Parts: sequence; C-alpha cells; structure tokens
Amino acid sequence: MIKFINVFIEAFPFFMNGLIFTAELALSSISIGFVIGVFVAISRTYGNKLSYSISTVFVESIRGTPLLVQLFIFYFALPQIGISLSPLMAAIISFSINSGAYQAEYIRGAIQSIDKGQMMAALSIGMTKWEGILNVILPQSLIKVIPSWTNEFAYLIKYTSVAYLVGVPELMAEGEFVASRNFEFMDVFLGVALIYLLIVMILTWGMARIEKMVRMPGV
Amino acid sequence: MKALEVKNLKKRYGDNEIIKGISFEMEKGETIVVIGPSGTGKSTMLMCINRLIEPDEGKIFLNGEEITGSKHPEIFRQKIGMVFQEFNLFNHLTVLDNVRIGPIKVKKLPREIATKVAIENLKKVGLESRINAYPAQLSGGQKQRVGIARALAMEPQLMLFDEPTSALDPELVGEVLEVIKKLAREGMTMLIVTHELGFARDVADRIIFMENGEIIEQGSSEILVNPSKERTKQFLAKFKEGR
Repeated sequence: MIKFINVFIEAFPFFMNGLIFTAELALSSISIGFVIGVFVAISRTYGNKLSYSISTVFVESIRGTPLLVQLFIFYFALPQIGISLSPLMAAIISFSINSGAYQAEYIRGAIQSIDKGQMMAALSIGMTKWEGILNVILPQSLIKVIPSWTNEFAYLIKYTSVAYLVGVPELMAEGEFVASRNFEFMDVFLGVALIYLLIVMILTWGMARIEKMVRMPGV
Repeated sequence: MKALEVKNLKKRYGDNEIIKGISFEMEKGETIVVIGPSGTGKSTMLMCINRLIEPDEGKIFLNGEEITGSKHPEIFRQKIGMVFQEFNLFNHLTVLDNVRIGPIKVKKLPREIATKVAIENLKKVGLESRINAYPAQLSGGQKQRVGIARALAMEPQLMLFDEPTSALDPELVGEVLEVIKKLAREGMTMLIVTHELGFARDVADRIIFMENGEIIEQGSSEILVNPSKERTKQFLAKFKEGR
C-alpha cells in the first residue's frame, strides 16, 4: 500500500499532464458530438427523405465500425490523400464524429418518445414546425436524454485512452511512459485506473444532480 | 363577412373518405356545437380548419381570408385557438410559461407585456394562483383551463374545442364547461365538438349533427329535443340509454 502511494505520488505530475489531454479530448468530443447529434437526430426525425438517408447512413456506418479504426483512418489514412492532422486533432475529430452518431441515436429516441400532441399544440398556437422543434420538442428531449448522455460521457472518457495509440500524451500514454521507466506496471496502471474511475464517478454524480435540477416535475 | 366559411371540405385516408364534403358558415360571436357518434370525423373536421390535418378538397375562409392553399398556415393558426381533448400542455414549462410562450415566441411581444397577457387570461380561467405549477402537478380540469388560457393568450378570432371534457373525471367537467360558457357570453366565436349534450343545449347558438363525415342536420338547440332526421333521433336515443 505504501509502495503504491509512493509510486502514485511520483507519477502524479505525469498523470496530471495526461489528464489535461484526456479532459480536452473528452470535453471537446462530447460537445462537438452533441452538436452533431442534435442535427443528425432532427434530420432523422423531422428531415426530408434526403437528409434522413444521409444521416441514417452516417449513424449506421459510424456505429458499425470500431472507434480505433475510425481514429486510424483520420490519423494514418488521411495523410495519403493529403490531409495531415496532428494526433490531438485526429483524435478529437474521430471521437466527436463517433460520439455524434451515438448521441444522435439517444436524442432521436428521446424525440420519438415525446407525445405527438406536444407538436400539435405548438403548431396550434402558430409556431412553425422549426419553432416547435426548438421551443418544445428539443427542450423536452434533452431533459429526457440526460441519463443516456451521462452514459455516453462516461464511455467517451474511457475511450479517449485509445488516443494513446496515435501518440496523444493523454492519461494512458503518460501511464505507459512512467511504467516503462520504473517497471511498476501494477501500481502505475492501478493508479491510472483509479483516476479514470474517480473522474467517471464525479461525472455521474454531477450529472445526476443536473438531472434532478432540470427534471420536469411529475413526468 | 362570415367569421368562418367552410366550403365542400373533404378528407380521405386511402380509400376511406372521412369527411365527405362539409359546408357551413359561422357568424362572428356565434357558438356552434358539433355532436355525433365517435369516429364520424368531427375531430378531423376541426383539425382541417386550422390545417393541423391537411384537407384534400374544399375551401376554408377565416374572416374572408382563405386558409386553404396558403403557404403559411401558421399565420392563420395564430388567429385560431385550439383546445385539445388531451390538453397537450407543454410538460417542461410552468403554467405561466405555457400561456405566454405563444405571445413571446410567435407574436414576439416583449416579455413583460406577454406576462401581463398571460396572467390576465389565467385569471379568466381562475388559475392565477397556480402560475408556477407544472402541468403534471395540476388536475385534469386545471390542465384544460390552462389549455384554454394558452389559446386565448394569442387573442384568437376563432376558438376550436376538440372534446375538451372527454378526458376528464366527471367531477372536473363542470369547471371547464363554466369557462367555455363565460367565453360564449363574452362573444367569442367558438366551434365545439363535445358529447356533453346538456352543455350543448346551454351554450350553443346552433348545433350541427354529424355522422359518417357528413352534416346530417343543423339548427338551434331545439334539434336536441325535436330532431327532424331519423339518424339524429337514433343518436340521441342511444345517448340517453348510455347515460
């Protein structure tokens, strides 16, 4: 135990360096993914045939392929057609797109669970379809989607660790770096695991609070 | 000029003709109650008027302006209030926000003025004390009164009621009907689909009896007592048995 604490304290500055990248990756991917998710979800539920088809192909192809393959395409394959991205950029873009597809499905599910009468009522007071989506359907859907969204955020935080494979110096990469020097694999990776666990726990707790705050009373 | 003119309205779903060429007119300030068996197209007819359901044929005019054919039905819907059987209050908004969202987002009124309008209308339906409640915290009767206030806040030229008391417990029906009667006295133009025949007799300037997508008979509330058409008689007789 004492050894673990010592190793942990020694590795802590490295962990913190890595954590900054992990946070950057997770936060930007979840946010960009959210914007993608909202657009794709709306075009799958309220869009015309064309936008429905495009967004469906997008969602299915992202969900049907491994995240790691997507990341490698952005980092290793794109340079072959002249698009070179930094490791961090490649990771953020591929994670955002990946998360966007999943978030789109969560949001679509929430939109479809909203009673049809809500849109009818919005139209009946003179809103256009888009005003109805914006003022009535989306707010209710986003409240409903919070639990799935928490899940997605937790996944994403952990999946950012694959960015280490393209050389982003995030938490996992820093752990690898420390362990390869002091050979304390057990203690170092336990430490890394502990940090992931802590972040996800804090996140889950925070999201539960938000969920309570914005809950529609009685619904 | 008529407040509402409906000319040869038709609506089909596949081969099934739900509305078979309905025509009628409404004067300003008139209250018309539509009665008839379930599934005869009364609600469909109502929703065709504000084009929540798109009619297949026929023309509809609101104060002389044609609703059908307009590329912007939302402009007419602002002038036509609608009250739903299932209330359809916005679940994520408080009572006050439910009522003022139309004035704010659609009419683009400043927030303070919209709030004033909303509170006035909530007073009219007797719910000014519940402005901070959410729909789920209200009884059915209260929900429906908020629904009426939400429609009124747009200052409509015509109000459509789609079975406003059918989803209510019997003891809550009265409070909603009272509000509608008050609106009738104030001269609101109203088209009401309901199964409350007693209420129909009290409030209606004219009664329309509809069956199988057609108007069978129309006239003063006298037709509830002395219908001239056999089908109206049968319907009323069945209704008395059922009660």
